[in-house]
Amino acid sequence: MLWYEIIGIVMIIIGAIFLFLGALGIIRMPDVYNRMQAGTKATTLGALSVIMGVGIYHPAWIFKTGIISLFILLTNPVSSNALARAAHNAGIPLYEKSVVDKYAEDKEKIRAEEEKQNG
Amino acid sequence: MRVFISTVVLFIVWVILTQSFDPQELFTGLIVAAVVSLISPAIASDKPKKWFQPKRYVYLIIYLFYFIWEMIKSNIDVAKRVVNPKLPINPGIVKVKTKLKTNAAKLALANSITLTPGTLTVDIHDEWFYIHWIDVSNCDDVNRSCQEIVEGFEKYLEVIFE
Repeated sequence: MLWYEIIGIVMIIIGAIFLFLGALGIIRMPDVYNRMQAGTKATTLGALSVIMGVGIYHPAWIFKTGIISLFILLTNPVSSNALARAAHNAGIPLYEKSVVDKYAEDKEKIRAEEEKQNG
Repeated sequence: MRVFISTVVLFIVWVILTQSFDPQELFTGLIVAAVVSLISPAIASDKPKKWFQPKRYVYLIIYLFYFIWEMIKSNIDVAKRVVNPKLPINPGIVKVKTKLKTNAAKLALANSITLTPGTLTVDIHDEWFYIHWIDVSNCDDVNRSCQEIVEGFEKYLEVIFE
């Protein structure tokens, strides 16, 4: 086995472990927002690690997998931002042990300003 | 000028994806890139001069390494909380003020926040970021802006995008 194949395999295994922990987090966390925390972070790093591992295992693919990783980096957090915002606006409550919710405090002010801007 | 820059960027992506220097494919890619940048002014840069300042690229590369390191740390942190039987979380939504002005910089900052230590951007309103934090106790006073979330990223993003 060549040295870069070993690095590729190790990266794929690390990615798989992170994906597993992400799935476990989605089950164990108490509310939507905390689940999203586990979901976004672990799956982004897991997917990146698996994809880059494949790129290193087959060195000819490294530029392609690099571009794919870049797109995942740019788009994955946007989707979780949108989901979190939609969940909060739909009135899904935070976990009862949550400490503070600044967004709920400021929400009416934000809505009023947005309506003023949109006429 | 603006069209030229987006054409070049799209063309580079094309070459990387096709991985071929066959003249036919290069020619097709050039035409597609030019047409796409002509019909979609929304993707063009608003200040073309920014693309010719090498300092921005140096900072971008430093930032990428810093960011990947932060991302690995955040993943290990969240993973530890997930496997801990007591589930030690202390969540809440805090707000943070940023000094970044342009939309591209704010997008990059929001994405970076989402991918790093236990934080998730919920909404952006003007210069305020509303951030869901998995462990609020790191911030000594939740009623002021919890600047420590953004400090590390801001100093790089300021140079790259502003």
